Amino acid sequence: MSDTAEKSPPYVSTLSFEAALKELESIVEKLERGDVELEESIAIYERGAALKKHCEDKLKAAQMKVDKIVFDEDGAPKAEPAGLD
Amino acid sequence: MASDSLSNLPELTVSELSGAVKRTIEGAFERVRVRAELGRVVTARSGHMYLDLKDERATISGVAWKGLAAGFNFRPEEGLEVIAEGKLSTFPGQSKYQIIIDRLEPAGVGALMALLEERKKKLAAEGLFDEARKKPLPYIPERIGVVTSPTGAVIRDILHRLSDRFPSHVLLWPVLVQGEKAAGQIASAISGFNSIEDPKLRPDLLIVARGGGSIEDLWCFNEEVVARAAANSQIPLISAVGHETDWTLIDFVSDYRAPTPTGAAERAVPVRAELMTDIVNLSGRMSSIRARQFDRAQTLLRAASRALRTPEALLSGFWQRLDSASAHLGPALRNRISAASQRYHRLSGRLQPRALRSLTTDRLKHLDSQQRRAAHALRRASSQKEAELNRLARRLAAQKPQTKAPAEALETQLARLSQAAQRLNERKRDRLVSAFRMLESVNPKGVLARGYALVHTESGLARRAGDLNPGDAIQIEFADGKKAAAVGGKASPRKAAKKPSAPGKQGDLF
Repeated sequence: MSDTAEKSPPYVSTLSFEAALKELESIVEKLERGDVELEESIAIYERGAALKKHCEDKLKAAQMKVDKIVFDEDGAPKAEPAGLD
Repeated sequence: MASDSLSNLPELTVSELSGAVKRTIEGAFERVRVRAELGRVVTARSGHMYLDLKDERATISGVAWKGLAAGFNFRPEEGLEVIAEGKLSTFPGQSKYQIIIDRLEPAGVGALMALLEERKKKLAAEGLFDEARKKPLPYIPERIGVVTSPTGAVIRDILHRLSDRFPSHVLLWPVLVQGEKAAGQIASAISGFNSIEDPKLRPDLLIVARGGGSIEDLWCFNEEVVARAAANSQIPLISAVGHETDWTLIDFVSDYRAPTPTGAAERAVPVRAELMTDIVNLSGRMSSIRARQFDRAQTLLRAASRALRTPEALLSGFWQRLDSASAHLGPALRNRISAASQRYHRLSGRLQPRALRSLTTDRLKHLDSQQRRAAHALRRASSQKEAELNRLARRLAAQKPQTKAPAEALETQLARLSQAAQRLNERKRDRLVSAFRMLESVNPKGVLARGYALVHTESGLARRAGDLNPGDAIQIEFADGKKAAAVGGKASPRKAAKKPSAPGKQGDLF
């Protein structure tokens, strides 16, 4: 566990949510088909777990934030809280 | 009266009169808005545009100065119905009055639709509507840039729907969505979002939205500048203008056309709760598969291990053999080595020429002592026999007078004895002498004394001509000493080796 767990997360963390979700789905399918060697199944299970965590983290991190574009003295756009609601 | 009144009339210059007319007209009308059909349209080399505004019965000249004319986002052409706004003024140089146009726009739905069709054809011909140009929208955008009015229902609808589905970071670029300035603001908002490079600020999805309204209200989204800004956007762009039935130019170039602003929010993000459920499901499926797989593997393993003998049982025989073999290994090796080493020392000791010589010397000494002992024994034996003989002779002499016959018999016996003793003596001497000769013949020094020589090489005695090669350093041993020599140049080794002991002769000696 430790080996893969140390290696995969940095890699998994670079994945977009969609890519991670797709990979997780394909891992589950692969496992369900049952044509994977036991050792490989352990490895991909661990990867699946990392992917799941990655996806969950992304989802949990989502929060509503509304900024408005304003312009500084130089006319460059910058964001400030919009306070619309 | 006529002449009086004529004369009473103040006399004006043409310029004074013309200026007065100008002042009157400008004062009376100031700013006008006129609906007209375009007549002749001429763009002068200077960039100023001269156009005739007319209806069925009248024509008024109009002029659009270069600055305005260059900014028209439609092409004024003859027959187009327009609304012109501007100041009424005169051109004294030609006795003309005219409208100085400061705003010109197409008038009426028909005209607008015609204009829209014209623009659509133009942009389509440029390929801006091609499907291949459309960029895929991100699955979950990190940041959504919204170009719309900061007030009103549209932004609220979008934010609420986003918040319901997938709370997101929204950057609002406030613009007017109606009126003369709207198109320019919308276009620069789109390109403005695209020019943001700060990754913490740059959106990865744009929504350009407006609520429903008349075609005139939505017109700014039909402006070419807006459509081009949307087409040039590197960031995927969703357009959501008006209601589902309203198609504006930006809808043709956007990457996705949402029917409404709310629809844009729905297309922009997935539903977070559903994704959560999906992931929980997937992970649950994965865990249960794993559990099942482990169970199955464990069952298989148990069954298989029952069928197997225990590893100890499997290996015990081999262990025992290994133990026994390894117990013997050390001593066996040592014994073998010491035996071999003893044999080696024995043999190598014996192999040395010096050993051969000392052996020969030992043999010689042994032979010598044997010879001495033999001679001594012979002498002793013969003197004993002689003493015994004398004793017997004395006893015989003492008895001689008594019997003659016995004396004669004794005489015979004595003679025989003497002969026997002599024969024995001679045989022994012969054997000794032959042994001595034999010894002499094997003494290498003796052979050397007869003119033979030994040839030594660095690796020992040369026994064959083949042992020698041209140029080899050799030592030739004669009976009286050694001489160093070298085997001759290119002559065949057989010839060079002829001189020293020929193997045949050497063999003959033994």
